[in-house]
Amino acid sequence: MGNQAIALGAIRAGVGVVTGYPGTPSTEILESVAEHNPGHIYVEWSVNEKSALEVAAGAAYTGQRTMVTMKQVGLNVASDPLMSLAYIGVKGGMVVVVADDPGPISSQTEQDTRHFAAFAKLPIFDPTSPEEAYEMIGDAFEYSEKYGTPVLFRPTTRVCHGRASIETDASIAIVKPEGFIKDPKWTIFPRLSYANHLKLEARTPVLAEEFSTYRFNEVEGSGRRGIATGGVSYAYTKEALARLDADSEADCRLLKIATPHPFPEPLALEFLQSVDEVLVVEELDPVIEKELIQLCGKYHLPVQIYGKLTSHIQQAGENTVESVAKALAAYLDKPAPQVTAFDLPPLPIRPPVLCAGCPHRASFYAVKQAMKGKKAVFSGDIGCYTLGNAKPLEMVDTCLCMGAGITIAQGLQRAEPDAIHFAFVGDSTFFHTGIPGVVNAVYNETRIVVVVLDNATTAMTGFQPHPGTGSTMMGNISAKISIEAVLRAIGVKQIETIDPFDQPGAIAAASRAAAFDGVSAIIYKAPCIAVAPPGPMHVVDPDLCTNCKRCIREIGCPAIVKDGDKVRIDPALCYGCTLCVDICPFGAIHAVGGAK
Amino acid sequence: MIINCLLAGVGGQGTVLASKLIAQTALQQGLQVRTSETIGMSQRGGCVASHVRLGDKVYSPLIPLAGADLVIGFEPAEALRYLPYLKPDGVMIVSTTAIKPVSDSLAKTDYRGEDMLEALRAHVQRLVVLDGNAIITACGSPKVLNTALLGAAAEAGVLGFGPAALEETLRAMLPAKYLTMNLNALHVGALAYREGEH
Repeated sequence: MGNQAIALGAIRAGVGVVTGYPGTPSTEILESVAEHNPGHIYVEWSVNEKSALEVAAGAAYTGQRTMVTMKQVGLNVASDPLMSLAYIGVKGGMVVVVADDPGPISSQTEQDTRHFAAFAKLPIFDPTSPEEAYEMIGDAFEYSEKYGTPVLFRPTTRVCHGRASIETDASIAIVKPEGFIKDPKWTIFPRLSYANHLKLEARTPVLAEEFSTYRFNEVEGSGRRGIATGGVSYAYTKEALARLDADSEADCRLLKIATPHPFPEPLALEFLQSVDEVLVVEELDPVIEKELIQLCGKYHLPVQIYGKLTSHIQQAGENTVESVAKALAAYLDKPAPQVTAFDLPPLPIRPPVLCAGCPHRASFYAVKQAMKGKKAVFSGDIGCYTLGNAKPLEMVDTCLCMGAGITIAQGLQRAEPDAIHFAFVGDSTFFHTGIPGVVNAVYNETRIVVVVLDNATTAMTGFQPHPGTGSTMMGNISAKISIEAVLRAIGVKQIETIDPFDQPGAIAAASRAAAFDGVSAIIYKAPCIAVAPPGPMHVVDPDLCTNCKRCIREIGCPAIVKDGDKVRIDPALCYGCTLCVDICPFGAIHAVGGAK
Repeated sequence: MIINCLLAGVGGQGTVLASKLIAQTALQQGLQVRTSETIGMSQRGGCVASHVRLGDKVYSPLIPLAGADLVIGFEPAEALRYLPYLKPDGVMIVSTTAIKPVSDSLAKTDYRGEDMLEALRAHVQRLVVLDGNAIITACGSPKVLNTALLGAAAEAGVLGFGPAALEETLRAMLPAKYLTMNLNALHVGALAYREGEH
């Protein structure tokens, strides 16, 4: 997996401190470092991306080589330290790995981290494959240390989650940190920022020159037609050219950009001077395209640039071999590959759903029952529980970004005080950015219900530990941080912790919280099915079942299926959570045997 | 030479593990391997497709449309969903056991696996239909359907290696407590291919 390749490459480069916050598609990088830790590397899941970046920066001040991992929206959270750190710099090599997610497949936005590099005036590396990522991450550490600056490293989903055969090198670079040397240069002040801003601007053209001979920035082929590409789109381009029977050596000249910032200007200029037109194949934003247009303007080159800005490449979503082949066929005057259109019957849709036995289903259902007939708005947040928006629960009315549910609810409450405002937040998200929102609510005397869905793990990204779980990535047992104690310390007066599978109790708790004049909180506490053993399997008694289908209509459990006119429980999926037992008005659902 | 193999199923069916078994076996045979999965927000119940590409000069992590030499459908509707990826002369192996999505149970629609199989029979020249329920019964668990389907694929001779090579991989990769069940499933699958509809 590309993420493992990045991890192994970083270990080889002598990384000593690795921090991050889980987020698809970046998560497995840090996990792989922990898995292959030779013993000398400190690895932590930090509480959020800002903390992760700052911890790594501190370590890099001593000369330690450090790596931070996150997904693209995580960089929004970490952008404050990143922007300042660009001015301050580092001593040890520091690589900030930010995984972008074209599609998006598992994200809120299709933002392009290459812009962040230009914005922060930092170098960025953009690998085309897992093999290249393995080599390039070592280069990133070298450049970082050479220029005393943090550098960005941006793989995309298909590089992160693609697998390839790689020859690894077991040697590990020896890094001997000098230690922290006290110096005014570590303290940011306006005067220093002015001086460092000038240095940053002076560095950019130097790097643009140096990157022009960087081994992964390349020009191949010949001819007057150019193609410029980078990242995984390079792989699609190579494959599409082969599919079109285009001779990439003779038919076109291909520019591959591995460092979108600083843009390798001398190399790109030489390329532009040898072609009449260029098709730019890239994902997310037209970054390479705009750089080339700018160079054409700067050097008065009569080269036509096609790409996203001219609608020759799609403006959103992932590129594919097919989409690139279609664009290239038109560009190179080749016949477009024919794709057979099949006349197929309608296929069932399979939207992602909460698992059978998921405690979030019980929590949402309890609040829904308590609020029946009342005016209530349900703000959601980022995590598995965003899936509570689906029918039949329909319990997520808003979702914006990590930690926003608690504060969005406060805004809604200011504008619509006659409604009851619930904010659902997961345990890991609560620690990530939820806590300041609760402080804001208590301080400003608003009236909301904070519902913490505590399933004792970071489920969506693959069950990472967090401050409430009592374990760390170093395998240590740490003191669990109690969410209830945190809420109490902030000053929340009405707090109840309850198992959501105790439905009468869970419903009553929601009613009491909704009636409280002020900030109230409920902690629905039940472990994710992935970290807890199943209960006894359940079956539908055909003699008692009237086929009313209330169980299906009310909770939408994937284990309960319509079988012709009948209802049955799929034994492969049932987790024995018992929620359906509470729903059935006829007592037709019961347990069979002991636990699985 | 490049062999492209696409595994299509529903989250929880073990498509990703099956693709790793193919990749590992191919590596043992000295082949270059490139694979990719669509994962992330597909929790249990979502569609999962694993792309496995064997051979040199493979660039894209994903198989292009009409590029698969083999499609293994772990479920009838998922097999049909990925039909456009199959080469006109490619082989498709499909299990008959349908998995109903929640959305279908909630809606008035009634998804039937047989309708999907009918469409597959109309469009696929080299179709291998395997009785999923019989395989699950013979294996003793739905959890090793993935291994059984691999057994059928290896027996079909489109992977470039046979069941014996897969057996070696299973022995090397699986913990002892799962090994017997998976070895059995491999043989059940190979047998089902020989006796199945194709």
